[in-house]
Amino acid sequence: MRDVAIVGIGLSRWGEVWDASLRTLWTEAALAALDDAGLDRVDSITVGSMTPGLFVGQEHLGPLLADELGMAGVPATRVESACASGGVALKTGFAEVAAGLADIVLVTGVEKMTDVSGDECTAALAAAADAELEVFYGATFPGLYAMMARAHMARWGTTREQLAMVAVKNHRHGALNPHAQYRQEITVKDVIESAMVAEPLTILDCSPITDGAAAVVLAELGVARTIAKGRPIVRIAGVGQATDRIALQSRADLTTLPATTLAAQRAFKMAGKTPNDIHLAEVHDCFTIAEILVVEALGFCKPGQGGCQASSGRTALGGEIPVNPSGGLKSKGHPVGATGVAQAVEITTQLRGVAGKRQVAGARVGLTQNMGGTGASTVVHILEVAS
Amino acid sequence: MSPLNPARVAREFPTRYRLEAARCDGCGAVSFPPRVVCPACRGRKFATVSLEPEGKVLTWTVIHVGPSSHKHEVPYALAVVELAGGVRITCQIADVDPARVEAGMPVRLEFRRIQEDGEAGVIAYGHKAVPA
Amino acid sequence: MSVGIVGYGAYIPRRRIRLGEIAAVWGADAATYERGLELHEKSVPAADEDTITMSVTASRRALARARIDPSSIGAVYVGSESHPYAVKPSGTVVAEALGTGPAVHCADLEFACKAGSEGMFLAAALVKSGEVQHALAVGADTSQGAPGDALEYSAAAGAAAFIFGSTNLVATMEAQVSYMTDTPDFWRREYMRYPRHAGRFTGEPAYFKHTLGATRMLLEKTGLQPKDFAFAVFHQPNGKFPMRAGKLAGFRREQLEAGWLSPWLGNTYSGASPIGLTAILDQARAGDRILMVSYGSGAGSDGFVWAVTDRIDEVRAAAPATRDQLDNGKLYVSYGTYAKMRGKIRMGE
Repeated sequence: MRDVAIVGIGLSRWGEVWDASLRTLWTEAALAALDDAGLDRVDSITVGSMTPGLFVGQEHLGPLLADELGMAGVPATRVESACASGGVALKTGFAEVAAGLADIVLVTGVEKMTDVSGDECTAALAAAADAELEVFYGATFPGLYAMMARAHMARWGTTREQLAMVAVKNHRHGALNPHAQYRQEITVKDVIESAMVAEPLTILDCSPITDGAAAVVLAELGVARTIAKGRPIVRIAGVGQATDRIALQSRADLTTLPATTLAAQRAFKMAGKTPNDIHLAEVHDCFTIAEILVVEALGFCKPGQGGCQASSGRTALGGEIPVNPSGGLKSKGHPVGATGVAQAVEITTQLRGVAGKRQVAGARVGLTQNMGGTGASTVVHILEVAS
Repeated sequence: MSPLNPARVAREFPTRYRLEAARCDGCGAVSFPPRVVCPACRGRKFATVSLEPEGKVLTWTVIHVGPSSHKHEVPYALAVVELAGGVRITCQIADVDPARVEAGMPVRLEFRRIQEDGEAGVIAYGHKAVPA
Repeated sequence: MSVGIVGYGAYIPRRRIRLGEIAAVWGADAATYERGLELHEKSVPAADEDTITMSVTASRRALARARIDPSSIGAVYVGSESHPYAVKPSGTVVAEALGTGPAVHCADLEFACKAGSEGMFLAAALVKSGEVQHALAVGADTSQGAPGDALEYSAAAGAAAFIFGSTNLVATMEAQVSYMTDTPDFWRREYMRYPRHAGRFTGEPAYFKHTLGATRMLLEKTGLQPKDFAFAVFHQPNGKFPMRAGKLAGFRREQLEAGWLSPWLGNTYSGASPIGLTAILDQARAGDRILMVSYGSGAGSDGFVWAVTDRIDEVRAAAPATRDQLDNGKLYVSYGTYAKMRGKIRMGE
């Protein structure tokens, strides 16, 4: 297997981008990544997108977007794994380069979410849950995560304030990120008193609805060294992916994310690392409870200790293991198919040492964790500065 | 794409109307709804069984922002219910003040309307839990 | 061959609205209704309840008491004036939910408030003919009165189900009669949302003429007198009419009280006298005789004489008692919630 590096990164505008379509957003991110890499050709394109069919009535994104970039002829594939679509697109691109099918791959993720009403958006996102066993009966994503939150609170004594602290921490981080959708700092009181969505989760426990795209350019390590322009080369050292029973009701334990644990174990093994080797992580905090469950599943703390990680400052910038220095999905925004790729953009920025006010000092090894549904699919990447 | 397409609704009648499940001949695990492959042992032979309509709340939430299919029911309690026999289902808890729902609460399944395809379309029936 | 009831079950929704709550909205004097019609509150179906859901639950309770294999049921009749579909039977859903299998004669019946007893009449006759082993008859309604109309104070929801057979009876049917004339006292035209009624014409020439006519036929047919009955139950459009009909027919208040549910239940239309019968069976003893007379506008009455057997004590506890459903676990709703749940509010597209 060949070594793979990230040689270019790019983001489109993020937020409620009323004047940009899916294809425009995607092209912004793709061009930014290609320009960052200093390349104008690629061997292959992967596109992570959850459900453009429901959001904008457009499938067949591979050729559509290759065409948009003036690259008709290049193989282009859309990859879908709900909110983990971006992460799985990254894994797919990695596999192509590692296997020698391509030397340079443009890995992208995109979601245009605001061309539908709030109800239609909720319905589109709910398509990642079990349509017959959950959604039919009135389940929503906040509702499913809320049930996991209640189970975690009952089992481990996790508090409402600890949930809120995840949002407070990530907004504090996001306030330092010029690219974040919601850059204002918030308090625990703000979170708890905001509008109820699914008890105990309020609107400020939930990640927002975001239009946006992200892109990274992957290259075989030897190729990467020739175009490094003196910057640190960021290598993908480990990749792990796993699935779980899709419906929450089918899982033996409602307080854990086994797919995240499995994916992490696979990525750590491949990278030859342990959780202690990780300097920072971008994880899938679609809801505050999700980050709590994820930091446990990744092995950053013991089971049941997830609740106090944010409140103790351990996962804050300046803490032992900063989690979501970008602001996470919560503050930076969550254009679902783009999120997994955007996490790699953030870790690369950090490992290059150019993250500005949110820079994690001395960061040399970072991790991304991107999941779909209530954790039924997870993909973990470990990135490090290549020696 | 409608979740209430008549054919799609009709094929679920045995599970939604009668709570029919499949017990694996190999390992005894009960799948609800029935499956082709047992998720516990990958067995492929099953006997049809009916779920017990009694159980208890395992975890729950109260939905305040509902999907369009259930938006006029808010706030409603949604729960993972463990039925006698161990099978777990996701359903609403009806006929209760949502603030009184709690883990461990005994419930019984009752036949209810779950969704309808507007005023002119099909009505989809199934089960909700009510306090036992 | 004896034919009768093998199992019975009732379902009363948990929600209630008080008469005063309705009267306040329309500027009416609640006390007048409470005194004049002997009505205090009525059941309200939740948005997720309808004639089909109530029929299924009542039928499952009847099945639990009957302790029979559902595949032995050869006929399913659901009587209602509020079938959820104008075209497409309610009975097929009920039969499928019970697991009867497809070899079933299934029909939805309609005859204003006597659609339930119509099903009982047919089911009993079909068992008697030997054509089917068991037959299920359900009376259920989620009736609506027009907002502000007198009917809005009484139109309620509930269901009763009876499984008929010829063995293991809890009540033997000693007689069944039917009495009808063409009488336009109450109707709902096709595509109309709410029914209309003929005011005081619904009383003497309609309700009383037919209920008393059917009662007279039953007494003549059986040679029994009112004193021979432990209980009697009449259709209950309000609290007042069934008591008056009973007294005019020669029954005492003590015979009428067990099945007299309307003051706190309202008028459950097709469910009315059938639910009353379930409440009586809940407390009857072996050997008790029960007279039951329904009434449906348009107009007609079905009448039955039941003789309770000693099996009643074995099956009673197998399903919730009707009075318990009426008296306990009530959830009171405001008029606004009631109007929303009953689809009385005009919604956006």
